[in-house]
Amino acid sequence: MPAIKNKVNDFVVRFANVNGTGSASANFLFTKAIFRMGIPVTPKNIFPSNIQGLPTWYEVRVSEKGYLGRREGIDLVVAVNPQSFAGDVASVRPGGYFLYDSSKNLHSEFIRPDINYLGIPLMEMCNNAYTDARQRQLFKNIVYVGALSALLDIELKEIVGLLGEQFKGKEKLIAPNVKALEMGVDYVKKNFTFPLDIRVERRDLLGDQIMIDGNSACGLGAIYAGATVAAWYPITPSTSVVEAFGNYADEFRTDKITGKRNVAIVQAEDELAAIGMVIGANWNGARSFTATSGPGVSLMNEFLGLAYFAEVPAVLIDVQRTGPSTGMPTRTQQSDVMEAAYASHGDTKHVLLFPSTPKECFEMTADSFDLAEELQTPVILMTDLDLGMNDHVSPPFEWNDKRTYKRGKVLNAEQLEKIERFGRYLDVDGDGIPYRTYPGTHPSKGSFFTRGTSRDEYATYTEDSGAYQRNVDRLLKKWETAKTMVPAPQLYQQKSLSEYGILFFGTSTYAAEEAMDLLREQKVSVDAIRIKSFPFNKTVSDFIQSHKKVFVIEQNRDAQLRSLLMIELNADPNKLIPVLNYDGMPITADNILKQVSKQVSHSPELNKA
Amino acid sequence: MTYVRPKFRHPELPKNKLGYSVAYYEGALSTLCAGCGHDSISAGIIQACYEMNIEPHKLAKLSGIGCSSKTPAYFLSNSHGFNSVHGRMPSVATGANLANRDLIYFGVSGDGDTASIGMGQFVHVIRRNLNMVYIVMNNGCYGLTKGQDSATADEGSKNKSGNVNLFQSIDLSSLAIELGASFVAQSFSGDKTQLVPLIMAAMKHPGFAFINVISPCVTFNNNVGSTKSYDYVREHVEATATMDFVPEMKEISVDYSKGTRKEVKMHDGSSIQLRKLAQDWDPMDCLSAINAVQKAKAKNEILTGLLYIQPDSQDLHHLIQTSDRPLNSLTKEDLCPGAEMLKGINAEQR
Repeated sequence: MPAIKNKVNDFVVRFANVNGTGSASANFLFTKAIFRMGIPVTPKNIFPSNIQGLPTWYEVRVSEKGYLGRREGIDLVVAVNPQSFAGDVASVRPGGYFLYDSSKNLHSEFIRPDINYLGIPLMEMCNNAYTDARQRQLFKNIVYVGALSALLDIELKEIVGLLGEQFKGKEKLIAPNVKALEMGVDYVKKNFTFPLDIRVERRDLLGDQIMIDGNSACGLGAIYAGATVAAWYPITPSTSVVEAFGNYADEFRTDKITGKRNVAIVQAEDELAAIGMVIGANWNGARSFTATSGPGVSLMNEFLGLAYFAEVPAVLIDVQRTGPSTGMPTRTQQSDVMEAAYASHGDTKHVLLFPSTPKECFEMTADSFDLAEELQTPVILMTDLDLGMNDHVSPPFEWNDKRTYKRGKVLNAEQLEKIERFGRYLDVDGDGIPYRTYPGTHPSKGSFFTRGTSRDEYATYTEDSGAYQRNVDRLLKKWETAKTMVPAPQLYQQKSLSEYGILFFGTSTYAAEEAMDLLREQKVSVDAIRIKSFPFNKTVSDFIQSHKKVFVIEQNRDAQLRSLLMIELNADPNKLIPVLNYDGMPITADNILKQVSKQVSHSPELNKA
Repeated sequence: MTYVRPKFRHPELPKNKLGYSVAYYEGALSTLCAGCGHDSISAGIIQACYEMNIEPHKLAKLSGIGCSSKTPAYFLSNSHGFNSVHGRMPSVATGANLANRDLIYFGVSGDGDTASIGMGQFVHVIRRNLNMVYIVMNNGCYGLTKGQDSATADEGSKNKSGNVNLFQSIDLSSLAIELGASFVAQSFSGDKTQLVPLIMAAMKHPGFAFINVISPCVTFNNNVGSTKSYDYVREHVEATATMDFVPEMKEISVDYSKGTRKEVKMHDGSSIQLRKLAQDWDPMDCLSAINAVQKAKAKNEILTGLLYIQPDSQDLHHLIQTSDRPLNSLTKEDLCPGAEMLKGINAEQR
């Protein structure tokens, strides 16, 4: 049997569970305990679009080197779902481990000679220890966490500590949980050699980093940015954005005595209504947002066109999932890029932001409100299921108390008083951004009619070709202004070092950064740029210009960002090599490496710039 | 546009308490067809706002798409207006209202905009009891696209091309009562005496106030055989009651013994004075209101006037407990938890 060489803090564990059986919180204990031991760890929930009874997986990568992307090749499977045994057995890498519930004998078809079997009679142990049916099911999960702590050297005190936090206020639940943990530990001690050759060792690699999901970070960002109106329609994987916003609002926006709230959260009848409410609220001077996923963005197209053309701010958080149509609602992709960039009929373009960590979800959500109001246009935050719903190690959130809310060009009553005639769509400053007024500002100055029909500089309806064209050209000027305001891309080098570049955004960043290291090991040096926003500014075009080949890494079939680069920057298609992953799982460094490696020269001399 | 409304007004035009004449409440010159019922409704809105001493800038007017939805341009030019997308005015009004609870929200829609493309939003804005006036200018046809039947065209009604409508009509007033709307009225664009007090009362109502106004389309649906023509409507209108709106608190002796007088007290002390005409009808009882509408319908009559009111209704802000201060007036100091708090949040995630 091929042995896995002794691997400390470098392995992947996959839990195969049945959804609705309480496995999620047990699996989280496992991850968080490793996190508390100061070791970089990244979990991925691979769950069905279902509430109870279907297979669900939870994959945890532990990486001393701090690689937080997904990795193929599973070192240990914790298989507690007989439905998925066949695939689970097959998923273990040679020499790896298959931990299963041995209350019943394992069928011979599941026996592979090249992997190790760790049978623990989870069901039997729990049936003997507990009488309540639900407890028997729940504690099975805790027993295997206990077993893993022994097998992988996870410090039990960290797990016990986490249980204490989890059951704060319900202390009597701690003891039975600890008992289940110990049952797992004891079983391993009696029956197996431990720890395994894959194991963890305490480190101090995380510093002050936190672990949180991107959706919570977005919800918190909206709280910090002063959003007061949230309208939404439930859709996976965005639902927890507004739920998080609501939870934080309970804490920070609710008067403890009167119960009155400095926030309005409305669950709309559909996505059309949700974005309509957001536009109405922003028009009336409240910061307002919605969160949705691809199907919702499709429904919001008409309203997004209105907001673009009538110049009403709006913030939309698009937690992308696998399309088209209903697609795979619980799998990830970056496949709404084109849809979001040009949402709605007619000539429209929208500002997009691409966060890649929870910290950026927090910051960019807050930035979205500033940008939307300064530019008087929709801003779409392009996150995805991987970032939104999975926990990620992230630098802590930061907020500068000196930061002000940039509300954009809004005239108050005194300013209106000084103006001869208010022109809602006059380009006074030459940046394409006109001045707006909120309803109710001044008795006789500043009122205007907001409409999706063409209008002149004074907001009066017109079908005059000249006025129409002046208006849409001004919108294009505003687009140019936007380029100077949106977050600049991240360059990974001061000046070009290679004739090859890689370009990526969002959650592809984790795998892309790891792939750069792997390429370096293969003596391939690449320059890199991470896109943080659309429209692209000059740094992006310069990067493409200065490289012979640019690998555009993204998680969709049609190389959508590559198309955007071609359309907006007139980039040479022959130069832009698509590196794609669109199976619904987060992209891996190995995948990138495979696609890039065969198209580059491996001699270090050859790929110098 | 070559039409210009003369700026000059008679200097002795009466003024309301704010010192504004009716002219102050007007809008741009209408571009609708001459004789359009919608223009009469706009005039009713102007009159009602004038009589109610409304500050135009403290009112926001919103609409969808269609002939009716153009009208907000033709009244209250000192109000902000929002001509949104087809059938989606309710959501825009909802957002606007949530942002600033201190303004009056005046929504104008049509039968296509409400009963077809906008049915979903209409239904849900009622459910939420959004504090707004929602007027449907109902002509039973699509005017801007030249006269196709709408979903409120009566079964058997004949349009201008002679085609008979095969489908059941959607009765918006019955539907609104059924859905729990807290103020439902029906009127006729040709009856300003009835319409103006209804609009006044609707503006005072602290919740969703719906007025379905039959408003004949002179160009496409005013022919013989149409049940939404001026002639037909005039002949078939039947009022629930004659009505006065009394804006201020005033002691009024109510004579219930005769069974015809009824006073509906509004939340702020104003009241609606009714002299009932309909039998077995109580405006505060939704069952009797639905009965009255359906009975009239069975007799091919169009019941107008106040149909149903729940004067103590609680609007969306009340239900979701938003702060008394308008949300759009809150500042960073009110809204942002600050850096120190964030340290705690970070700590919870370690």
